[in-house]
Amino acid sequence: MSLVIKDLHATLEDGTEILKGVSLEVPAGEVHAIMGPNGSGKSTLSKVIAGHEGYIVTSGSVTLDGEDIFEMSIDERSRAGVFLAFQYPSEVPGVSNANFIRAALQSRLPKGEELDAVAYYKNLYSKMDLLEMDRKFTARSVNEGFSGGEKKRNEILQMLMLEPKICILDETDSGLDIDALKIVAKGVNAMRSPDRGMLLITHYQRLLDYIKPDHVHVMSAGKIVRSGGPELALELEAEGYEFLKDDALAPA
Amino acid sequence: MSYDATSSLDADTREAIDIDRTKGDFHFPERHKFDAGRGLTEKTIDYICDVKNDPQWVREFRHKALQVFREKPMPTNWATKDLENIDFDIIRYYLSDGEKPKRSWDEVPEEVLKTFERLGIPEQERAFLAGVEAQYDSEAAYSNMKDELTKLGVIFVNSTEGLKNHEEIFRPWFGKVIPTSDNKFSALNSAVFSGGSFIYIPKGVKLKQPLQAYFRINSENFGQFERTLIIADEGAEVMYMEGCTAPKFETSTLHSAVVELVALKGAKIQYVTVQNWSSNVFNLVTKRGLAMEDAEVRWIDCNIGSRLTMKYPGVIMKGERARGEVISIALANSGQHQDTGAKMIHAANNTTSNIVSKSISVGEGRATYRGQVHIPKHLKGCKNNTECDALLINSHSRTDTYPAITVRGNQHATQHEASVSQVSEDMLFYMQQRGLNEGQAMSLAVNGFINDLVREFPMEYSVELKRLIDLEMEGSVG
Repeated sequence: MSLVIKDLHATLEDGTEILKGVSLEVPAGEVHAIMGPNGSGKSTLSKVIAGHEGYIVTSGSVTLDGEDIFEMSIDERSRAGVFLAFQYPSEVPGVSNANFIRAALQSRLPKGEELDAVAYYKNLYSKMDLLEMDRKFTARSVNEGFSGGEKKRNEILQMLMLEPKICILDETDSGLDIDALKIVAKGVNAMRSPDRGMLLITHYQRLLDYIKPDHVHVMSAGKIVRSGGPELALELEAEGYEFLKDDALAPA
Repeated sequence: MSYDATSSLDADTREAIDIDRTKGDFHFPERHKFDAGRGLTEKTIDYICDVKNDPQWVREFRHKALQVFREKPMPTNWATKDLENIDFDIIRYYLSDGEKPKRSWDEVPEEVLKTFERLGIPEQERAFLAGVEAQYDSEAAYSNMKDELTKLGVIFVNSTEGLKNHEEIFRPWFGKVIPTSDNKFSALNSAVFSGGSFIYIPKGVKLKQPLQAYFRINSENFGQFERTLIIADEGAEVMYMEGCTAPKFETSTLHSAVVELVALKGAKIQYVTVQNWSSNVFNLVTKRGLAMEDAEVRWIDCNIGSRLTMKYPGVIMKGERARGEVISIALANSGQHQDTGAKMIHAANNTTSNIVSKSISVGEGRATYRGQVHIPKHLKGCKNNTECDALLINSHSRTDTYPAITVRGNQHATQHEASVSQVSEDMLFYMQQRGLNEGQAMSLAVNGFINDLVREFPMEYSVELKRLIDLEMEGSVG
């Protein structure tokens, strides 16, 4: 698996350009982090990859294992292996967590094939145990009344169950206390594998203490302006994003 | 798909058949032995009474009702003008085969069988709907049930039998919960009623199994003017289920039923309806229950079909601590208007009523909620809770809400909550990102919206209901 983003430009519906030529490659087995100030376009990048209709891709390409994802609908991308852990996960009232995840898994099976209920629940419970999630969360409506931390954990649960090829985590650490952060990191780390790539979008170095990246990129004003190894994150932590004003559009 | 209903029948039968092929889902090769002809006059009433051999008092009752029907105007001052499209002169007010429709499974069209599969209709019901007798003998199932019930002293017959053979039980309440003059359509029903269930549950008898409308087999199937009267004596309990999720084809465009429920002291009646008439039908129904001291009447109502449904199940809480409840789900697709609601009339102290109504408008469908809650000044300690939620799916979908709450006096508690919403784009994006296509996401969202109400339906129905809604939602997106 590899996710290849080439010179991606995208605008809002009103034409305002947010992504101004993003290029990035996440090969299988690697964890990449994207950091950057507010408004740099980090979340937008994740939404454009997922296929959110509020954005228009004006040029560039994104391929997953060589396949053009812009040829695919939102759900086709998902079934092709794209997973987005939302920054603000939606509530789905009246639909239980168990049924929701089951429907998502069922959608990946060929027509006519039914998911084995016993195996499904066994799998679900083991993943919930890993994330220290109480069993009562299976019957609760998706994200309804969940605290911020519980919502983020629910995202990771879905990720564990769907086994995607590329996991994009959009500020998964925001709003989490240390204990919740450790559990989320445990789940994410459990998914590291040679066949899977990960893209962590975060403001803070803290997450990267628990999920060690292979590469760190800095995004600013709609482009990636610096790339480096994990030590880049520590540098940002120390210096802040001020350096971008000097380095600004200098290529990495 | 071409299905020639006449191919296996002889010439006489074929001649006698009158099948409207322009609408509906599947057709019975029907032989109408008794036909009152089109239009409604005194002669029609007499024809019906003659065929049924009605007692004299019923004949008089019907004639009086015809007069009332003629005098009352169409209620288009508040109801939809679409009512003016009903042509009373071309309707056939009484049709009967004289015998049940018979068919073998090979004669049932493939599409029909597929619908049953998709909706998960139970075997017994499939047989009934397809008019099949051989394989699943619903008559046998019915007779078995009848034996059980007879042992308990339960009476379960149709309206004609009820009034003729059990006059002393049913006549005292017949037309008391819903008087002939209540509205134009209760008057019409009172004139030409036929079919329906008359049920009496003796004191203290609590039925464990629900009574099903389709068990009551008789020659007047798919009654246009069903009349139902259920009396639960003191401490008795019964659940009655009518309707089904499979689309019902009808040549008649007008269905006007009357349902009267009487729950005596400490009794409980639950009445469950799933309505899915074909899209040419005007479904105008008057349903009301009387709840005496410590008694409860509960209406669980789902409206999915018909061109226009007007139905406001009501409860008159006549005894202290009586309870009334209406749980209602309505789905209106393009070309449909579901005009539903509830009426709660508090007539004793410490009575409680609860109304939960959820409607979904799809395409150009229109859903209307009309709720009446009445608590007069001289009562104490009454409570009402109303919740009505509407979901709009497409940009031309429509919903209206007309709550009419009249509460006088003090020491009462009334609560009313209403909401109108759309399926949020963010929620759809979230679901699609998990692999559900737009249609599946929408269905899941809609099922989630009504989920807590679907759970109130008996299990046999809740599975079918979910699937039926999925079917209705297909094609509503994109």
